[in-house]
Amino acid sequence: MTGPVLWALLGHWRRNPLQLFTVLAGLALATALWSGVQAINAEARASYRLAADMLGAADRAQITTRAGGRVSVADYVALRRGGWRVTPVIEGRYDDIRILGIDPLTAPFGGSGLSEFTRADFGAFLTAPGLILGQAEVLERLRGKSLAGFETRPSMAPNTALMDIAVAQKLLEFDAGLTRLMVDPQQPLVQVPLGQIAPHLQLTTPQVGADVARLTGSFHLNLTAFGLLAFAVGIFVVHGAIGLAFEQRRGMIRTLRALGVPLRQLVVVQTLELLCLALVAGTVGMCGGYLMAAALLPDVAATLRGLYGADVSGSLHLRPAWWLSGFAIALLGTGLAAAAGLWQVLRMPLLAAAQSRAWALASRWAARWQAGAALALLALAAILAGFGTGLMAGFALLAALLVGAALALPLLLDQTLAVLGGRAKTATAGWFWADTRQQVPGLSLALMALLLAMAANIGVSTMVSSFRQTFVGFLDQRLAAELYVSAQNPGQAADLQRFLEARVDAVLPVQSVSRQLMGMPVAIYGNRPHATYRDNWQFLQAVPDVWQKIAEGKALIVNEQFFRRAGLQLGQELAIGPDHKRTNSLQIAGVYGDYGNPVGQVVIAERLFKQLYPEVVGQRFGLRLDPSQVSKLRLDLIERFDLPQRNVIDQAQIKALSLAVFERTFTVTAALNVLTLAVAGFAILMSLLTLAGLRLPQLAPVWALGMTRASLAKFEVLRAVILAAFTSLMALGLGLLLAWVLLAVINVEAFGWRLPMDVFPAQYARLGALALLAALLAALWPAWRLVRRSPADLLQVFSNER
Amino acid sequence: MNVKTVFILLWVCLIMPPIARAQGFADLGTSAQGFAVPQPDYKLRFPSDHGAHPAFRIEWWYLTANLTGPDQTEYGLQWTLFRTVLSQTSLLQAEDSGWNNGQLWMGHAAVTSPTAHFTAERLARGGIGQAGVTAVPFEAWIDDWVLEGTGSKTPLGAATLRASGIEFAYDMQLQARGPWVLHGQEGYSVKSADGRASHYYSQPFFDISGTLRLPQGVVPVTGQAWLDREWSSSPLAVSQTGWDWFSLSFAGGDKLMAFQVRDQAGRAFTSATWITANGRTTSFGNGALTVTPMHLTSVAGRKVPTQWRLQLEDKGLDIRIDALNPSAWMDVSLPYWEGPVRFTGTHTGRGYLEMTGYE
Repeated sequence: MTGPVLWALLGHWRRNPLQLFTVLAGLALATALWSGVQAINAEARASYRLAADMLGAADRAQITTRAGGRVSVADYVALRRGGWRVTPVIEGRYDDIRILGIDPLTAPFGGSGLSEFTRADFGAFLTAPGLILGQAEVLERLRGKSLAGFETRPSMAPNTALMDIAVAQKLLEFDAGLTRLMVDPQQPLVQVPLGQIAPHLQLTTPQVGADVARLTGSFHLNLTAFGLLAFAVGIFVVHGAIGLAFEQRRGMIRTLRALGVPLRQLVVVQTLELLCLALVAGTVGMCGGYLMAAALLPDVAATLRGLYGADVSGSLHLRPAWWLSGFAIALLGTGLAAAAGLWQVLRMPLLAAAQSRAWALASRWAARWQAGAALALLALAAILAGFGTGLMAGFALLAALLVGAALALPLLLDQTLAVLGGRAKTATAGWFWADTRQQVPGLSLALMALLLAMAANIGVSTMVSSFRQTFVGFLDQRLAAELYVSAQNPGQAADLQRFLEARVDAVLPVQSVSRQLMGMPVAIYGNRPHATYRDNWQFLQAVPDVWQKIAEGKALIVNEQFFRRAGLQLGQELAIGPDHKRTNSLQIAGVYGDYGNPVGQVVIAERLFKQLYPEVVGQRFGLRLDPSQVSKLRLDLIERFDLPQRNVIDQAQIKALSLAVFERTFTVTAALNVLTLAVAGFAILMSLLTLAGLRLPQLAPVWALGMTRASLAKFEVLRAVILAAFTSLMALGLGLLLAWVLLAVINVEAFGWRLPMDVFPAQYARLGALALLAALLAALWPAWRLVRRSPADLLQVFSNER
Repeated sequence: MNVKTVFILLWVCLIMPPIARAQGFADLGTSAQGFAVPQPDYKLRFPSDHGAHPAFRIEWWYLTANLTGPDQTEYGLQWTLFRTVLSQTSLLQAEDSGWNNGQLWMGHAAVTSPTAHFTAERLARGGIGQAGVTAVPFEAWIDDWVLEGTGSKTPLGAATLRASGIEFAYDMQLQARGPWVLHGQEGYSVKSADGRASHYYSQPFFDISGTLRLPQGVVPVTGQAWLDREWSSSPLAVSQTGWDWFSLSFAGGDKLMAFQVRDQAGRAFTSATWITANGRTTSFGNGALTVTPMHLTSVAGRKVPTQWRLQLEDKGLDIRIDALNPSAWMDVSLPYWEGPVRFTGTHTGRGYLEMTGYE
């Protein structure tokens, strides 16, 4: 019995292939966007985990120099001989690959790098020429660069090569010294205190707060939010199509039940049918999601690398959890979309009238409920904007704002159209407005989708453009020196400085140490007092004569990230200095914007810096000189000091590089934006197509009154464009609100800086035109079908009992 | 000391399969692939031979001690530094050649009581100063583990000894009460029927005292220690699978070093040195000694003989040897059994037992 029932029900899809397509495509799109974003997130997270777990470093304490330089081998040996179970690590970048040099003899066997370290590798790893372990792609890039053997380790962290410390030393041209010492969690009974062996070293316990996962958390939350938005838009489409199908099948269901099919069986069969749809669409969606993720991942990897210095694999792995979650979301989406329909089938009286009501026609009760929900959500958004703190509150604000606005859209449209209808002068105009208003419920889901997509587009593009404008201005401020040169060692730095002082207007050393201040990682810079800073740096807040106060060694300035995260106040005292006992409390005299930098920064005077950190030798210099002399001096420096090209970079080059990183950062956002908008356009097309069939009974009387099919079609197109135009207007308002939330709330929480908001009317106009064009195109096909409709069809309406 | 060589070679082969397999285990004795080979006519020189011999493939400084606490509880103590060569380029390298140095150092330390056995292991490469041995003044060290000569007249006449693990540590003073003892033929000790050998000498007359730090507290102890020095490049045949080595101190003051190397066919190659209380030695070649396992103990999933019968007819010796703690398993990179023993029979006394190759 189940077979014939299923066959009868499926007959509906055979007769309405377009509807079937809509359901499948909508569901597949929603699944694809969601699962694609999830795949990207999963890949990135897996990469972080591997990178952090490399050598089990995620939970290991470390020993580094207080001054921030390298740990000497002598110090390492002194610590070992003092009873410390520590293991040396050399870490650096070669051709942008993270090079990890370890000593397997003292490294505790744990972590992803060493867990696969079999005894068989041990000898080859340890003895010349050595062995380099890494993913195939990494080893390929290192081929020919080292005499060592290669062994592929697919499960190692991406972009990372592991080797013996001697091999790494040669590859990185590390003359001497170690990057850091890792401390074994198990230490022997007898041990000489660290301060007694090497007072210039410091033991740091792992910083949970500063790790890559936390830094990038906001980025992934952003992606997830986008994925959810896309999913919601897709589900609007599916909900519409499935709702219509259930509505149209009422007659069939009544007939089936009259023939004796039990209600329970009908529900089971329909659930089964939905399950099949979900599986088919889910599979297609997962494939689409995979392709999308694979296409976007290289950009995401570049973004994360540029913004946070995090290594993310550029190639996608298929994870079982991802497949499961993808199908789960497809099923969930189908369930959400079909719940109402199934519920109605369950409650429908056996012999209820099988008339095809306009689907999803909003009853007065439903409208009231919707208005209430919209108001509640918008109120919640207002409360969150006023009192919320934290990134999650920011995203909750976004969600409340978007969903509230979407729910309010049909009501606002209805009211607007009622007002316009009231002012109509002619009968045709009156009919047009009334008919448009009558159409709103049918189109509301598609219009909501359009509203969300457009608002997201406006909001995100406003954020990106504002960011870009600020960032370019910021680069001009901060990269004021004409040429930047890095020495290869401290001795050369001194020679360089002597050589340059006679040849350029000013030599501005770039020297810094990494410290923990107020429990977070901060880079402390010692700046040489110079007009360059006075003329170019702009402050978000500052006391008068700020540079003067810094030069006197009485004050410091901090970047916005640090200022916000540590909850500092202008004028507050901040203790710096190599040890916390010696108090070097300076007044916070200014806060400057520092866009794109994940960590905190503090700037003090060079003189004070040298006093506090005598061990630090600045090896980078910014040079002020006549711009026409730049290229000559650059060549001079490269030749005279035998410097690699990358050590002497002119300002234009750095700016170009920074901007390139920036542009790549938002490639993904732009791509997701376009995809969301495409889904919304598709939603409008499908809604109009399905409505077109239903609207025949409403159009036939008008046609009978003398309006030609062509005029009717024209009005149909006009109606779609007008609705899209109203929606676009509302989307503009919503989008600007969204942009404000992104810039002033989300950005501050996620990155620690607030961006000034700029408005880009030309962009919005272009987007609006695009939306209208989409609506126009979507309306053209149904309109054309109306024009071609034979009058007999229209006449038929009157002969049917409706 | 004894034939720890097999152990070391096994270990080297496990970690260096490409080299060892290419050359074949059986070839080790012939040319030793560029390594120096022990010579029968070599005259040991002190103090320089206390230092390292980097031209040979393997070498150790091996100290064991039988100790007694204030409550007459017996303890055993082990301190060992092994040196082996990972790559032959290191034969030409200076001590301060950095991370590229191919000399590999390994330390084992243990403390054994009747009810507990603590072990620790350290690994290091040469070239950076983390581990090494200097002859004058004498110092052998890996990390904070150290055997350091303090004698004014001879570099190793007196010494301090320290090591620490996660659960234990010790700090001891040593004082030699007798001469250095050469095994085999003037320190040339044969290990197999086809003549493989090592240079081997001992100081069995150390008085030792100091403190043990154990989980239950600090224990002052005194006793007797035995230091073995041995180096070689290819001392064993491929068919030899393991050995049982004894260092025994008789109540009367005499000492005995005895070992057997077992082969796959179950045959044994034996050797022994009888040492009188004033340091005179008598060497016994293959066959003079008989050792028979009497009782097996299950430890770390293997059956290990922890009770032995040892006979040396020429000296009228027939004793039963019992492990102080049958669970004295060294759970290190390449595990083995090593611990203090007591014996009764024609003679009584204490000593140390080492057994390898029980899989």
